[in-house]
Amino acid sequence: MTYCRAVTTAGAQLTLRHPVERFTLDNGLRVVLAPDRSVPVVAVSVFYDVGMRNEPEGRTGFAHLFEHMMFQGSANVPKMEHARLVQAAGGTFNGSTHQDYTNYFEALPAEALERALFLEADRMAAPAITEENLRNQIDVVKEEIRVNVLNRPYGAFPWLQLPQIAFESFANTHDGYGSFVDLESSTVDDATDFFSRYYAPGNAVLCIGGDVDVAETERLVQRWFGPVAARPVQPIPATGEPLPSEVRTAVVEDALAPAPALAIGWRVPDPIGDFDSYLGAVLLAELLSEGDASRLERRLVHDDRIAIAQSSYVGLFGDPFDVRDATLLTTQVHHPVGVPADRVRAAVDEEIERIASDGVGADELRRVQARTEAQLLRQADSVLGRTLGFAAAELIHGRAELAGELAARLAAVTPEQVRDAARGLDPGTAAVLELRATGGRR
Amino acid sequence: MTGTLDLSLIPPLGEPRPQPVPEAHERTLPNGLRLMVVPRPGVPLIELRLRVPFATRTAQAAAEHTARGAVLSGAVLLGTSARDQAGIAELLQSHGAELSVSTDPDRLLLATTMLPSGLGPVLGLLAELLTEATYPDDQVEGERDRVAERIAIARSQPGVIARTALAARRYGAHPYAIQLPDDHLVAAVDGDALRTLHRERVLPAGSSLVLVGDLDPGAATDVVADALAAWSATGHAVEAPPAPVIRLPGIALVDRPGAVQSNVRLGGPAPGRTDPDLPAVRLANMIFGGYFSSRLVENIRERRGYTYSPRSSVDHQAAGSSFLVEADVTTEVTGPALLETWYELGRMALTAVTDAELDGARRYILGSMALSTATHAGLASTLSALIGAGLPADWLAEHQQALGRVTVEEVQDVSLRYLAAEAMTAVVVGDSGRVAGSLQALAPVSLPEDS
Repeated sequence: MTYCRAVTTAGAQLTLRHPVERFTLDNGLRVVLAPDRSVPVVAVSVFYDVGMRNEPEGRTGFAHLFEHMMFQGSANVPKMEHARLVQAAGGTFNGSTHQDYTNYFEALPAEALERALFLEADRMAAPAITEENLRNQIDVVKEEIRVNVLNRPYGAFPWLQLPQIAFESFANTHDGYGSFVDLESSTVDDATDFFSRYYAPGNAVLCIGGDVDVAETERLVQRWFGPVAARPVQPIPATGEPLPSEVRTAVVEDALAPAPALAIGWRVPDPIGDFDSYLGAVLLAELLSEGDASRLERRLVHDDRIAIAQSSYVGLFGDPFDVRDATLLTTQVHHPVGVPADRVRAAVDEEIERIASDGVGADELRRVQARTEAQLLRQADSVLGRTLGFAAAELIHGRAELAGELAARLAAVTPEQVRDAARGLDPGTAAVLELRATGGRR
Repeated sequence: MTGTLDLSLIPPLGEPRPQPVPEAHERTLPNGLRLMVVPRPGVPLIELRLRVPFATRTAQAAAEHTARGAVLSGAVLLGTSARDQAGIAELLQSHGAELSVSTDPDRLLLATTMLPSGLGPVLGLLAELLTEATYPDDQVEGERDRVAERIAIARSQPGVIARTALAARRYGAHPYAIQLPDDHLVAAVDGDALRTLHRERVLPAGSSLVLVGDLDPGAATDVVADALAAWSATGHAVEAPPAPVIRLPGIALVDRPGAVQSNVRLGGPAPGRTDPDLPAVRLANMIFGGYFSSRLVENIRERRGYTYSPRSSVDHQAAGSSFLVEADVTTEVTGPALLETWYELGRMALTAVTDAELDGARRYILGSMALSTATHAGLASTLSALIGAGLPADWLAEHQQALGRVTVEEVQDVSLRYLAAEAMTAVVVGDSGRVAGSLQALAPVSLPEDS
C-alpha cells in the first residue's frame, strides 16, 4: 500500500491511497478489488443492498433473520459446512445486518481465496431455505435478542427506542431486531420471496481486499459468480424524511438498570446528498465526546460531575459512513440517580449553543482531526476492516475510493463547518429519550 | 439441497504463502524495564503497550487493591506536576492518541495508538505520568464516585454476575476470587491511597513496554531510553501465588428473579503457556466449543436452538490457566442445555475426535493467529502478553510447530484430564424458581448466600 502526504487547509495530513479496481459482471454484480500484498491475507465480502429499513410491516426483524438463513447451507454446501470450509482453511467469517445493507464476509489465508468465492457464489445462487432451518434460526435469533436486549440492562437503549420518537415512517421507526410475534410467524415463502426480491446479483457489491493478483482474481470471480442468474433489481426506497419542527420526548422504564440514562437525537444533513455539511456533523460529534479533552467529557463528567459516562456519534450504530438519510447525531449520557435528566439536557444544550455562537478554535479542531485520522488508519490496518470500508463506500456512496479519502476529507473540514453543524442541533427539534431505572436489584 | 458434502466441487486450497516474521528488537533499560520494539509495514501509526505487574498475594488484600486499582486507572490521568487533566488529554489527542489505562488481577496496562510524529511527546508524557502523577484530592473524589456508579452498572450485567460467582467458587482465598471491588472499599479510596499505591507498585522492575508499527527500531529505542530514564522507583514486583485447584461439587445457582435466560458457566484448570499439554488442550477446546465449527455449537445452537453464542476458551492468567465454557440459554431449557453441554464434554473425554476435526481445528488456530497478528494493534497486544508472561517473541513460532505435531490420541488424553465434566466447577445465573427443579435432576444444587 502507498501513502501520499497531501497538504490541506488543516495542515499536513496522510491520505490512504489504495489502488481500487472495479468491474461489473453481466448479471449486474458490482465487483471491487483492493489489492495489497504486504501480508498473506485476503478478505472477501458481499454487501446486499437490503437492510432493516426495507422490512415491510408485519415482518420486523426479517432482514436480520434472513442473514441467519444465509449461513444454513446452500445448493452444494450442507448445513454447518459453510463454517467448516472457512474455518478449516484457517479463516474467520461473519455477517451483519445494518439499516441499509446486509453483509457477509471472510478473512482467510491468501491461498483460500477461491474457496471463499465459491462459498459466497453458492449462497448467492441458492441458499438452503427450509422449514427446519427457518424454525431453528428463529429460535437462535430469539436467543440473540434475549442476550442483547431482554436479559440485560440498557439492552434497547437507545438504538431500538430513540428512532421511535425521532422519526415518522415505519422504515425508520420500527424495531430492526424484530418482535417475537413477527419472527415466529415468518414462513419459508416469506424467506423465498425476500431472497428473490433483494438478493439478486445486481443488488450486491462483491469486494475483495488483500493479497490478490488482480487479473487472476477477476478470472476467479467470473468463474464462480458469472453463472449466477440475473434477476430484476428493486429501486432503492427513499428513507429520508422532512425535518422535525418540534421536540419529541419519551420516557422508558428499565427494570434491570441501576442508574438512569438520557439520549438526545438530532437530525443531521443527508449523508449522501449533502456530504460536506454531514462531515461537519461527524467532526462535531468527535469534538463533543471523544476523549478527556472533549467538550462534553469535560463539562458533564469532570467539571459538573453530573454524568458517569457520555458519548456522541453519527449513525445508528456509530458508523457515519455506512448510512443513508435519515440519520441522527445522538448524545447519550449515563447519569447518577440524584441528577435530574433536565439538568443533564440543559448542560448539553448549553455546550452545543456555545459552539453554535462562538465557533471552535482551529487548534482544537486540528487535535480532533488528528485523533479521527488515527482511528481511521487503525481500522484500515486490518485487511478485513479496510475491505469492509471499501465495500460500504461503494454500496452507499457509489465510490469505494471514498473510504481511502475520508481522513483527508475530514482534515479539510473548517471550524465554520463544525459551527454550522452545531447550529443544526436545535434544542427545539430534538428527540429526547429518558431511561428511568426502576429495578436495579443487581 | 444436498445432505452431504461433495468435496470434488470445493476449490482446493492453494500453496500457503510465507508469514512475515516480526523483527523484534529487545533491550532491558538500566531501571529494569524490558523494551521490545518491532518495526512493521502497514499504516503510519505506532501502537504502545506498557504492562506493569499489579497482583496481590491473597483475596483479602485483593479486595482493597482492586478497589484502589479501579480508581487509579482513571485518576492517573488527572494531573502531573507539569500538566493538568486538560493538558494531558490535549497533548495525547494532538498526536492521535488516547491512553487507555486498565487493571486486572495480574497487571496494570497502559495502551494507546499514535501518529508516528507523536512518539517523543507521548513517551515524554508517559514518563510524567509514571513519575509525577499528582492524584489531586478533589478530582480523585469525582473519579471515585464515577467508578462506584460504573461498578454498580457492571454488577447489573448477567455476564458479570456469572463471572464473579464462578471466580469466587473456583478460587476461594486466592486473589483471583475477587472480580469487582465492594462499594464500601471503593468509597474509602482517596488521593493519599492512590499516591501510596502508585509509589509502591508502579515500578519499572518487572514491567515491559512494547512498541509496534511505523518506526525505526534504533531511534525508537533511544527515545524510550531517554524518556523513561527518570522512572527509577525501586521495589519488588508482586505476583500472585499459584492458583489453587478447588472443585466444589454440584451446581451453584445464583438467583436472578424474572430472568428470561440462564447464564451457564463451567470452569476448570488448563495447562499454562509453557506446559507441553497446552497445544493439545487448545485443539481439544476448539473441537469442543472454541469456534463455530465445533460440537457444542452444532448441538445446542444449530440443532436445538437453545442459545445464540455458546463457546469455550482457554484463558491464561499469570498464576493459573483455565478452561471455560459459557452459554446463555433460554430459561425453559436450562436443564437440557446443561445436560447437552456435559454430554459433549463427556464425549470429548471418552471417545476419539476425528482426523477431520483435528485438522480443521489446527488450521483454524494457525490461521487465526496469523490474522490476529496481522495488524500493529494485534501484534502489539500479543507480544505484550507474551513478554509480560516472561516468554520470548519466538514462543509463537515454537507453539505453532507444537500445534502441528498434536495427534488424535493426545487430544483424547488431555480431554480426559481437562475437559471431563467432573473436572469443572458449575455456576448458573437464572430465575431459581423456574430452573432449580430441572438442574436438581442433574446434580445437587446450592444457592450461594449472597444471591
